[in-house]
Amino acid sequence: MQNSFLMRTPSTLIFLALLAVFTIIVTALSEGLGLGLVSTSLVKTLGKTLCLGLVALSMDLVWGYAGILSLGHFAFFGMGGYMIGMWLMYERTRDIVVHSLADAPIPSTAQEISDAIGNQIFGVVGSAEFPLIWAFADSLFLQLLLVVLVPGVLALVFGWLAFRSRVAGVYLSILTQAMTLALSLYLFQNDSGLRGNNGLSGLQNLPGFSDVPQSLVSLWFLWGSALALGLGYLVAAWVVSGKFGSVLRGIRDNEARVRFLGYSVENYKLVLFTGTACMAGIAGALYYPQAGIINPAEIAPIASIYLAVWVAIGGRGRLYGAVIGAAFVSLLSSWFTGGRAPDIVLGSFALKWVDWWLIALGLSFVLVTLYAPKGIGGLFDLISNRTSPNRHGADLGPDAGALREQEANE
Amino acid sequence: MSTLLEVSGVSVSFDGFRAINNLSFQITKTEMRAIIGPNGAGKTTFMDIVTGKTKPDEGYILWGDKNISLLGMSEARIAREGIGRKFQKPTVFEDQTVQENLLMSLKNPRGPFRVLFYKPRPSDLERVEALAVEIGLSGELQRKSGELSHGQKQWLEIGMLLAQEPRLLLVDEPAAGMTPAEREHTTSILVEAAKTRAVVVVEHDMEFVRRLGCKVTVLHEGSVLAEGSLDHVTANQDVIDVYLGR
Ligand SMILES: Nc1ncnc2c1ncn2[C@@H]1O[C@H](COP(=O)(O)OP(=O)(O)OP(=O)(O)O)[C@@H](O)[C@H]1O
Ligand SMILES: [Mg+2]
Repeated sequence: MQNSFLMRTPSTLIFLALLAVFTIIVTALSEGLGLGLVSTSLVKTLGKTLCLGLVALSMDLVWGYAGILSLGHFAFFGMGGYMIGMWLMYERTRDIVVHSLADAPIPSTAQEISDAIGNQIFGVVGSAEFPLIWAFADSLFLQLLLVVLVPGVLALVFGWLAFRSRVAGVYLSILTQAMTLALSLYLFQNDSGLRGNNGLSGLQNLPGFSDVPQSLVSLWFLWGSALALGLGYLVAAWVVSGKFGSVLRGIRDNEARVRFLGYSVENYKLVLFTGTACMAGIAGALYYPQAGIINPAEIAPIASIYLAVWVAIGGRGRLYGAVIGAAFVSLLSSWFTGGRAPDIVLGSFALKWVDWWLIALGLSFVLVTLYAPKGIGGLFDLISNRTSPNRHGADLGPDAGALREQEANE
Repeated sequence: MSTLLEVSGVSVSFDGFRAINNLSFQITKTEMRAIIGPNGAGKTTFMDIVTGKTKPDEGYILWGDKNISLLGMSEARIAREGIGRKFQKPTVFEDQTVQENLLMSLKNPRGPFRVLFYKPRPSDLERVEALAVEIGLSGELQRKSGELSHGQKQWLEIGMLLAQEPRLLLVDEPAAGMTPAEREHTTSILVEAAKTRAVVVVEHDMEFVRRLGCKVTVLHEGSVLAEGSLDHVTANQDVIDVYLGR
């Protein structure tokens, strides 16, 4: 069954093969295990890019396939990051604290150790108490579970409320923006329990592996991210290839018709919204250890809008399009905003990319939406010569006596 | 003959305008019924009410052997109860193949998780094949339905209806935009379908209605003006005044 599914979607095989080749090449050129041509920070950037590809996949499923323009999926991504960040920060701080207390003349009690960790972590927000939400922070297993559960439950509750009252279209997009805004504003507060605007930091250090160099850790994460993206792609391709995918595309194109076929559109949206939120959470959990820090600004409303822009530029409604869009735009974006792109001097006026990149991005988004709705992914159609039906303007009936389209629509 | 659907005293207003006014309607289990009436008579609105799209202000709708009420059920639930609907304007999923359209419509579990793990059984594919033959699209199964002609889309939508195996078929202007030959084929599909279930056809074209050879209900301003054989209703002076004599 798996075989026949892969055979039916050759693009999946090609994608997985390219992903594997990419990972091997980067490894072979890395500082950690290879020739040293690719710096550790570049390995991290590439690893993070793979995670962005994964969250773009989830966005493509909800938006490109089911037509739900969620502008809040980055909140789920951020939640995943926070959940793994809690464990990373707790364990690492504990290591340090236990280490330093080991020299003390009297062995310290568990309470003293816990207090010291709390002091270390929450000192910046003027507190030393562990908030309730840190209850499981000492368990990697539970925090990993929360990486999926927290975004999942958040999406389930939000989606249940929104879809049940049939909020759709622009209103849903606005509502999702409100959700991610509310969440980030809440996290900005010092008493939110997640260190306010300081966020969680030092996430690049793996507890228990303090003597492993970052050049190696970065590769581990690159592999993990590649694996997650590959599996995510496989799952997504499988989901959209069958009848479930048919129903999703039906919902996108004509929701009412799907209802009259007997499908509960709301349930499908809810399952998809929740599932993709979990996927986004996993992507975030792999991303932030490579970024090293997460703070509430990460889930500001604009982040989710970027996500939509990536998918639009890459080509929504096709999975590789989303990944390409995310990789292409985010890499280009960090190149331009990193100050590495040469300024363009026009007489007395110098065009600084750091300032102008966002405008260029916005402009290309508008242009793609207007003139190339298939995005970068559409270029592949030119190769494979795939054509979508030309639905308009043609004679409707086989005979001359048949009505033309306009009349029929009346 | 037992009643399949009973609509009784139903009214609905849009912003004070009474689109359906104290309408009552019954249909038995294997019956073909044509509904005719001038533009804006409320024919489409009547279907909207039965299929749960529009909630009536008053009246009740009873369904099936157990006389359960359809009011308050979602559109999807009503469809699963066995009421299939074809829209006035053909609505098929244009981006998907004829086969995908039909597979989606086949009477199979509709829940998200069941659908996720669904694999077409050989019997499903055979059924799709048979349906395609019936609606004259057997050569087009792998084509995107958006590429079909208008008449073919109308048939595909009828095929999707039949695939659902509904007990009641509501068909809104199935012959609109069809050539005479296509109309004839459509008639035979509907007549065949009505042998095993109830079929309600809304149509303007009198010739088409005559060929259906069934009882006719005339709607006017949201209520029933006349009911009976085509000859009977076309002889009715009220019907001539509001509809035929235009
Ligand atoms: N959602 C709505 N909001 C407001 N008015 C509506 C709505 N739906 C229908 N109407 C009005 O109700 C009346 C009945 O409309 P309906 O579409 O049922 O007529 P019809 O008999 O199907 O006509 P036609 O033969 O043109 O298809 C019309 O005057 C229409 O404008
Ligand atoms: Mg109508």
